[in-house]
Amino acid sequence: MNKSYKKKQARSNFIAHVTLIIISIIWLFPFVGLLLQSFRSYDPKVEYGGMVDYLIPKHFSLDNYRFLFSGETNFLRWYLNTIIIAVCVAIFQTIIVLCVSYALSRMRFTGRTFLMRFWLILGMFPGFLTMICLYFLLKQFGLTQAGAVPGLILVSVASSGMGYYVCKGYFDTIPKALDEAARIDGATRARVFFTMTLPMSKPIIIYTALVAFMAPWCDYVFASYVAFGHDESYNVAVAMTRWVWTNDYQGYFTRFCAGGILVAIPVTVLFMCLQKYYVEGVTGGAVKG
Amino acid sequence: MGDSIGKVLSPIGGAITKGDWKTKVSIIILGFGQLLRGQILKGLTFLALEAAFIWYMVGFGGKYVSKLSTLGTVATQKVGRKTVYGDNSFLILLFGVLTVFVILAFILVWYLNIKDNMEAERLIKAGKRLPSNKEVFASLFDNNFDKTLLALPVLGIFIFTVLPIVFMICVAFTNYDKNHQAPTNLFTWVGFQNFQKLLSFGSSGIGRTFVQVLAWTLIWAFFATFIDYFLGLAVAILINKKGVKYKKLWRTILVLTIAVPQFVSLLYIMKLFANDGLINGYLMKWGWIDSPIQFWVDPMLARITIIVVNIWIGIPYMMLIATGLLMNIPEDLYESARIDGATGWQMFKSITLPYILFVTGPFLLTQFTNNLNNFNVIYLLTQGRPLSVKMAENAGNTDLLVTWLYKMTVNDTNYSMAAVIGIMVFIITAVVSLVVYNALPSVKDEEGFQ
Repeated sequence: MNKSYKKKQARSNFIAHVTLIIISIIWLFPFVGLLLQSFRSYDPKVEYGGMVDYLIPKHFSLDNYRFLFSGETNFLRWYLNTIIIAVCVAIFQTIIVLCVSYALSRMRFTGRTFLMRFWLILGMFPGFLTMICLYFLLKQFGLTQAGAVPGLILVSVASSGMGYYVCKGYFDTIPKALDEAARIDGATRARVFFTMTLPMSKPIIIYTALVAFMAPWCDYVFASYVAFGHDESYNVAVAMTRWVWTNDYQGYFTRFCAGGILVAIPVTVLFMCLQKYYVEGVTGGAVKG
Repeated sequence: MGDSIGKVLSPIGGAITKGDWKTKVSIIILGFGQLLRGQILKGLTFLALEAAFIWYMVGFGGKYVSKLSTLGTVATQKVGRKTVYGDNSFLILLFGVLTVFVILAFILVWYLNIKDNMEAERLIKAGKRLPSNKEVFASLFDNNFDKTLLALPVLGIFIFTVLPIVFMICVAFTNYDKNHQAPTNLFTWVGFQNFQKLLSFGSSGIGRTFVQVLAWTLIWAFFATFIDYFLGLAVAILINKKGVKYKKLWRTILVLTIAVPQFVSLLYIMKLFANDGLINGYLMKWGWIDSPIQFWVDPMLARITIIVVNIWIGIPYMMLIATGLLMNIPEDLYESARIDGATGWQMFKSITLPYILFVTGPFLLTQFTNNLNNFNVIYLLTQGRPLSVKMAENAGNTDLLVTWLYKMTVNDTNYSMAAVIGIMVFIITAVVSLVVYNALPSVKDEEGFQ
């Protein structure tokens, strides 16, 4: 009896491991493919840089990477633009989300529930609806085309107050009694916020900043609209998407792969280091709604 | 209701009938009373707001708001070789809406000013001291800290979210399309004409296309949400299973999908499934197929491929959440079930699933509404293609309402119809959210499972 149970256990464990290995292969395949194909040269004398029907390049070459750093395109500029946007958005968005969350979690003021309901309803409008209007508003301030980078930062940061849910949920779990005790001792609200609540909120601060930092790397839609036609203010998503979509650029496919690797590596490393906080935030947010 | 209106209006009536002269002057010159009573900080703020309002209305807002009813009458003309610009309907509508908001905001400031005056009078009559300038300022970091914290975020949301949304809702009732582009041409109010066009099924209407796109949007959201949900849960349980080694490694591999920017991974996958892509290439080389499988060309196949690729995106996310939740289920529940001779499937059915479904109800709802608007996956993979001759307004077979809206805005500059579709998306999202939210077990019965 015991023996057959153990046997059964071993068999089910074996099946589980095989399934997991298959899943891992499927999940890793695109990344491995991306990496391998980034080493295929686009130089017609060596190999073809477009779409081919084999995975492993016939000749190992760093041509694509050389091309990206050579200054033939504005790749470094696009990369820098994206980093600037991501860093600024991460900093300012985190500050705004923290402010809003603290106010909504700790203070009771007239219009509080109205504000929360109103923002909830606003969030139900599709984001792209307002694109032309935002474009025009930015244009008024000279923040399109050449000024697209600060413009994109402004738009992302301005509306970020509505994304307070996860952070407020976290603040709600910090006992109010702590605040009250400090207030009785004569601390002002601002002091409580800066010296008590914030130091206790490291996980949620990191989560908010991380999510804010990741988003601009994927921003194709609005970025392409705002920076339209001005190569210097593209971000990596806008610039490299062209390489994939335009059929004339078929030979650009491997260059896209190389660029993709360069974009993916730092973001992925950062994410993996801070994974713990991300999981905490996502799980907390999902359960509380 | 009547009571609360009376309560809100009473300070105004009180100020006119019972207020002292300082208060009465304050009805017209904001902040006057506060200044005379020594509350310089408050007084100056109110006065400055009034000055700014007048300056705005005279120099800027007035001329726009007065044309709001027609959106401009003077068309741009060519006189000889010179272009003489007339009214710009876009500006009139945008700044007209802004001015309406400014007027409303000023009325609020005016009301607060009167209320503040009456309060000061009451305090003086009761023989109490008015808060000094310093105290008023200090309160912004204490009892009124919420105002300090929220001022900037609220202003930002107003300018970059509220104002544009109201503007676009207005556009839905105009004929702002490619034949009526500001500043060259005027556009004007047309009432519900656009909505009629969207919902009419005749030859001129686009009702049939709308229903088709809507149906696919709902089908997509349903599959994308629930397939990912259950498969993600399954993978989480699999990794959590006793006896499975390297749990962390498996999780890390899956989480890579979240870490790598979607435009890189999705565009690569799009090329992977292309007719000349790797998958077709290998299948043909191995002789399994003779001609490429039309992953992105055949409408039905394209839809299925999108849902399959989305599983690749969605499972890791759900896996993370489920892993956290699975650890919360008390182990003794399983223990006692095992003693009673329950099988694995029975335990899953009567312990794990009910618990997970209960806690993740709100999450499922947000996932569903997010998927209704899941722009990235669709646009990076197919851009709504394959196109169909049977569909109006350049809609494609895999277009969601949002991608259709986007294409209408960017490619066809058909702004009024895009606005109408945006409103439709809003209505659908709102209805789904409301209905489902109120039916959720975790909302109905908060105490369950605790």
